[in-house]
Amino acid sequence: MTYIRDVGALARKDLLLELRAKETLPAMLLFVLSALAIFHFALPNGSADTAARGLLWSALIFTALLGLTRAFVAEREQRMFDALVLAPCDRSAIWLGKAIAVFAFLVAAEVVALPAFAAFFAPVDGRTVAAVALADVGICAVGTLFGAMAVAGRARELLLPLLFLPMAIPIVVGGIGGFLWFLVLYDAIFVLLSWASFEYVVAET
Amino acid sequence: MISARGLGKRYGDRRVFAGVDVELPAGGLLLVTGPNGSGKTTLLRILARLAAPSAGELTLPPREQVGYVGHAPMVYRELTALENLTLFGKLYRVPERQERVGMLLERFGLWDARHDRVDTYSRGMQQRLALCRALLHEPTLVVLDEPYNALDAAGADLVDSVLAEPRTWVVATHDPRRVEERATARLAFA
Repeated sequence: MTYIRDVGALARKDLLLELRAKETLPAMLLFVLSALAIFHFALPNGSADTAARGLLWSALIFTALLGLTRAFVAEREQRMFDALVLAPCDRSAIWLGKAIAVFAFLVAAEVVALPAFAAFFAPVDGRTVAAVALADVGICAVGTLFGAMAVAGRARELLLPLLFLPMAIPIVVGGIGGFLWFLVLYDAIFVLLSWASFEYVVAET
Repeated sequence: MISARGLGKRYGDRRVFAGVDVELPAGGLLLVTGPNGSGKTTLLRILARLAAPSAGELTLPPREQVGYVGHAPMVYRELTALENLTLFGKLYRVPERQERVGMLLERFGLWDARHDRVDTYSRGMQQRLALCRALLHEPTLVVLDEPYNALDAAGADLVDSVLAEPRTWVVATHDPRRVEERATARLAFA
């Protein structure tokens, strides 16, 4: 119960920070809409649905990457990791709180992106929505872990894409193919791994 | 409270310090002095459990009993003082949190500005808030890195009054005159 309260307090803090700063979500919305508009004009008329879905998933992955790049900015610039890791809460609560906040931003971006995709390309069916929702869980789990790792590095802007994009390939494969079971399996494995390993990412050195 | 034998720290090939011994009983004050880059901050981060030593033996109180003020205020700039302290009060499971937060804000002269965002605060006000955060959970060990930085005379007097509280203190400062009388142990880096 205490763990859930800690996670709630940390996620609420991140949502409040975004509400005040208004930096991450507007950037994600602008990016995903711009990307879909560019793809709309770049893709020849009569292209296959698969090609269009591929572009949707590309747009979503890079939108998520944009959000993840911003996820730990406050912790890095204001040395907040020190304050957070000193607190007696379980360190995985820091990861989970942040992942929930990133998930919320990503879902908000997709609420706009999916209708935009339907307008530009083809209707979005329930299976695609389910695949996107499942993919979000994996993206946020893995991306938040890598985001924390990248914060500690010197070439952090370079490190996060290098770590995250290879790990996003299975998500794209599962998403385009509509393999929901595969996305569930990916989520289960990487949520557990990220949750268990975050302690070591922020451990004192 | 603190016991260190042969403490050392390296970053790769670079030795920050080596062979540091510290014995500080509960209620004592360790004054750490030395020029810039001599390793004061690194030692303080080790004593605050924010970094691990590369060598030596070290006994410290548990993490939840440590308060730390570093060079940065370590508070969220987009949140208000009240929101910052409420967040850390929750994470530290501070009993009667609202009363404790209110008392600290009052004591450090931030009550009237409690609903203002921290990014509107002066550097001195942020330092006061950092002290509030460090003392919020009634730590038994408080580690202060240049606590007088950016403070006006009233703020510095507040730090003096805080240092009179019955806790164990580790203080690094370039102005040791204010702390000299209270110090029960000294460590000078060359």
